Order: sequence, then structure tokens, then C-alpha cells
Amino acid sequence: MTSVINQPTRRTSPARSGGGRRRGVSPWVYVASVLIAAVTLAPVLYSVLSGFRTNGQLGANPVALPNPWVFDNYIGVITSGSFWRYAVNSLIIAGVTTALVVIAGVMAAYPLARYRFKGRQALFNVFVMGLLFPLTVAIIPLLLMVRDLGLTNSYWGVALPQAAFALPMTIVILRPFLMALPNELEEASMLDGASRIGFFWRILLPLSGPGMVTTGVLAFVGSWNGYLLPLLFLNDPGLKTLPLGVADFSTEHSADTAGVLAFTSLAVIPALVFFLTMQKRIVSGLQGAVKG
Amino acid sequence: MTDVAGDLTPRGGHATRAAAATAVQPGATGQATAWSVAPGPRGRGASSNQWRQRLEIAFFVAPALLLFVVFVVVPVVQAARYSVFKWNGLGPLDDFVGLQNYLTALGDQIFQRAVTNNLTIAVLSIAIQLPIGLLIALLLNRKFKGQTAMRVIVFVPYVLAEVVAGVVWKLMMQPEGALNAFLESVGLGGLTQLWLGDPDVAMVTVMLVLTWKYVGLAIVLLLAGLQGVPEELHEAAQIDGASWWQTQRKITVPLLGPTIRTWMFLSMIGSLQLFDMVWILTKGGPDNASVTMATYLIKVGTDRNQYGYASAVAIILFVISFVLATLFQSLVLNRDTGDDKSAKRRKKVAR
Repeated sequence: MTSVINQPTRRTSPARSGGGRRRGVSPWVYVASVLIAAVTLAPVLYSVLSGFRTNGQLGANPVALPNPWVFDNYIGVITSGSFWRYAVNSLIIAGVTTALVVIAGVMAAYPLARYRFKGRQALFNVFVMGLLFPLTVAIIPLLLMVRDLGLTNSYWGVALPQAAFALPMTIVILRPFLMALPNELEEASMLDGASRIGFFWRILLPLSGPGMVTTGVLAFVGSWNGYLLPLLFLNDPGLKTLPLGVADFSTEHSADTAGVLAFTSLAVIPALVFFLTMQKRIVSGLQGAVKG
Repeated sequence: MTDVAGDLTPRGGHATRAAAATAVQPGATGQATAWSVAPGPRGRGASSNQWRQRLEIAFFVAPALLLFVVFVVVPVVQAARYSVFKWNGLGPLDDFVGLQNYLTALGDQIFQRAVTNNLTIAVLSIAIQLPIGLLIALLLNRKFKGQTAMRVIVFVPYVLAEVVAGVVWKLMMQPEGALNAFLESVGLGGLTQLWLGDPDVAMVTVMLVLTWKYVGLAIVLLLAGLQGVPEELHEAAQIDGASWWQTQRKITVPLLGPTIRTWMFLSMIGSLQLFDMVWILTKGGPDNASVTMATYLIKVGTDRNQYGYASAVAIILFVISFVLATLFQSLVLNRDTGDDKSAKRRKKVAR
């Protein structure tokens, strides 16, 4: 398990990535790289660049650079209230989801990792079983339950189920992380007269920062990109999240291709930059979930 | 219980198995023992200690357990219950129909098509993404200028929301859209299609977009796996006169086995639950050509308020995922953990 825990901090140092020949690299590597990058980025570039064109330009030639560059589409989106409302809604829901998951997750992972009690493994398995149930299976009863709780059209109606479904993964990643913290720390703090709760607050929480960031980023990305729950639980236009807003905008303004692409680009670029800077965390989280 | 944890885990198979294994041999991994209750000599003190510990455990686990039970366990159990009733979500749940909903679903041609589509997507995703992912991962594992940038670029589609990627692709795939225009301009006019409007092409389109969206995950996981392949092996092979290509094929790829099998597992489970992308691109159409179990479920559940029937579909979806996950675990993943020797070898390699 130790290897998993080390993953988050291990840099991808070039020396470790085997297979690299020190001798010159064949030009084909560069040709292939350019091709791969082009195919990968084409839709994103198309979206961003087309946002700077008019529908007339798009109609005349769908694939071309803006000529002249038009800023109206982007200005229109930025000055429209709905875009910012969607962004704020997404931020709030993803923030609440992440906070719920990380707090509940690290609290539960602590006794599961560092207490010895009867039924510990059974309790852990209860959470592990959660990995088996996709959201889709529970969506109809959830819909009715959220309605009965009066949480339809509220941030909580989306954040609570999202957090609950992200919890198993969080606990599965955090438990080995907490297990790996050395026993000496616990013994030392016991000698200093700390209680276990004191140990949790003062020592364990600060030390498990990296694990919490990794699981937090995974939960945030999941919530930010989530569609099914907002689609079914949020009908109030004032509460829609960005994915929902993008989907709705694209159907309502289906004739205004350039406008839709500007809206989509603005919705995606900040998050994309953030997620890419967090790439190491996301990958290490996925790996942590994947390898033993 | 260890077995259960290992076998039932779809997404985190390995992690759990390993975690379970460590729990079985507490000494090995250094379990916390400092505060563990010492029964016996201390008599009353010990038992009050024990109560204290129970209270602490309850305090720490309660929020997670509450959240999990209320929003995961209860709805899943409810889905099973609703599935044997005919019910529109309003009024009392009293029209018990037994297994009728299940029989209706299994006999429904559109649902059969959804199951076929999901299975096709699961198989094709692996068959298409594995070779592409492997080739690109091997390429990006070589040292060259821009290697780091490329590693970030291939991850872009994966972190985009399916909805957002779907909307852009949908616009590009309009009949007069960018994709057809591009094909015309590079002289591949014969390949232009009604990408989303032709029932014969819709599934191809969905596969195309899914490959673009998810091959990055394969690449990133395989690259991580490649870091565990020790460089000495390559050097030794090169000294023995093996070419770069031979080294990859005979040494690297076999050592990636566990990573590949685990990725296949993740990919399969994801394919069976596919919803967002299809909903945005085609809504399951045209003429139900690209329907999946999840889009079918949402349609009958929300458009027609057939909550009992939709719940039966949900349970079937779960059973199919569960059976395939278990089969895959026992047939394929067990090769990794089946005998101690191979497991140990893998551990060493992973370091």
C-alpha cells in the first residue's frame, strides 16, 4: 500500500520514465505528437475560435480562422446575467459537495484506519459496496426522496446525493493513506497526553492534507461536470449549473452557433485550466483507486 | 469479508483488495495500537475505555454513514421495491405486479437494443482505445522536447464535462458543420455523413466521440504504469541487441498487464452506465439507434412517469453491471492476485 501513498508526491522525474533512448529521437515522434495534439485539441480550438466569428462567417466556411475577429459573442455572454448565475451555482454546489465529502470521508476513514475494533472490516465493506451502485440505479427513488424532503430546486438536493455517491471512493483512497502515517506519531502524542480526538485534530488532519486534496479534487471535478442530478433536480432557471446551462443554451439558441460556442468556451476554459494544474492530483487519485 | 471486498468492487478493485489484505495482517503495516483497549488487568477502567472508544468511533463515522445510508442505500433498496409495482410516483404504492415490469423490459425491443448497444460500446471501447492508448503511451514515454506538454494535452478531453464536449461535437457534426467541411477540404468528401441524423451512423458517431473523450484516461493510466517498469530491463534488452520496438513488445507491454486489465475494468463499467454523452448527442435516437440502458431509464422514468417500470430497468442495469464485474474480476483480474508469486513480482515492479 505504501507505494500508493507515495504516488501523489512522486514527481514524474524524467529519469524514471523508462524506455527513453538517450540517443536522438526520431522525427516521427514529433510528427505523431503534433497529429495527436491536433486531433485532441481540435474541438476545443474550434469552439474557442468560432466564438470569435459571426454566424455568417461560420455558414460561409465552418472551418476557418476568424476574419475579422468579432468579440460580440463573448461580450454578450459575459454581460448576460445567466452565465454568471450558472457559474456561481456550479461553484456553490461543487464546493458544498467537496466539503461534505472530504469532512465526512476523513472522519470516517480515521477509525477505519487507526482504531482496532470488532466489525471494522465489515463497516469498511459497507462503504466499499457503494462503489457498486451507480447513480443511475438510484436516480428514480432519489428523485422522489428529494421531492419529499422539499429539496427539489435547492443546492442541497444536488450536493447531498453527489457527496453520498462520492463517499465510497473517498474512503477507499483515504483509509490506506491514514494507515500509512507512522505509529510513533500516535505514541508520542499519547505520551504528551493528547486524546485520540486531539490527535485527530492536531496531527492527523494536517498530515493527511495531500490525501484530502486528492479526494477533494476528484469530488469537485465530478460535481462540476455532473449532469444527471442537476438535470432532474433543478428546474428553476436561477439554480442551473454550467453543464445544464450549456445544454439548455445550445437547444434554446440552436440557430446561433457562434453564440453557443462562445458560451461553451467561456464555461469550460477556467475549469479546464484549473483541472489541468491539478492533473497530478486527479491522476494519483485515479491510480490510488486503481492499483493496490 | 475480505473476499467480498475484493470481489464486489468495480472501480477500486485493487485498492480495496490490498486494503483488505493489510487489515488481515495488522502487524505488517503498523496498525495503530497505542490506544487500543487492553482488556483484563485494568478491569473497570478498561470497560469505560471501551465505551469511550465506541463513542469516538460513532462520532467519527456517523456523518459519513448517515449520508451514505440516506442517499445511497435507501434509494437502491427503494428501487428494488418500486420495481415490483406499477406506479407513477403519486398516490399509494399498491398496484403490485410481481415480476411483470422485468418481463416487459426484457421483452421490449428498444430495451433489448439498449442492452446490445451498451455491450457493443463496452467491447468496442476496449478494442479501439487499448491499441491507440498503448501506442500513444509508449510514444509519450520516450524523452523528447514537449513531452510534458503532450502529457497534459492528452488529458484535456478527459477532464472536460461530457455535456460540454458533447455540445461542441454536436455542433461540429451538423450536416453543414465543421467536420463535414473539414473532410471535404482535405479531399475525403466521400466520408461525409449525417453523423447524428442517420440511424446507421449514430452508433459509429457515439463511438468516435467516446474514443476521443476517453482514450486520454487509458494513456494517463498506462503512462503511470510505465513508470513502474524499471529502466534496467530496457538497458539489458538493448545491450542484448533488441530494437526499441522489440523491447516494448516483449518487455514493457507484458509488464503493463495489471494496469491494462484494471483499465479495461473501469472502461467496461463506465460503458454500461453511459448517459450524459448520448443524451446530449442524440438523446438515444434517431429512431432509438443509439439508445443506452441509462437513457432508456431516464426516458421512461421522467417523460412517462413510469417509476415502477423505470426502477425495474435500473435493477436490470445493476444486475448486468454486477454480473459482468464479478465475471471480469474472477476471470481476468484474479490473474494478478491469484497466486502469491505473481503478486509479489508485481509489487516489486511497482516500486
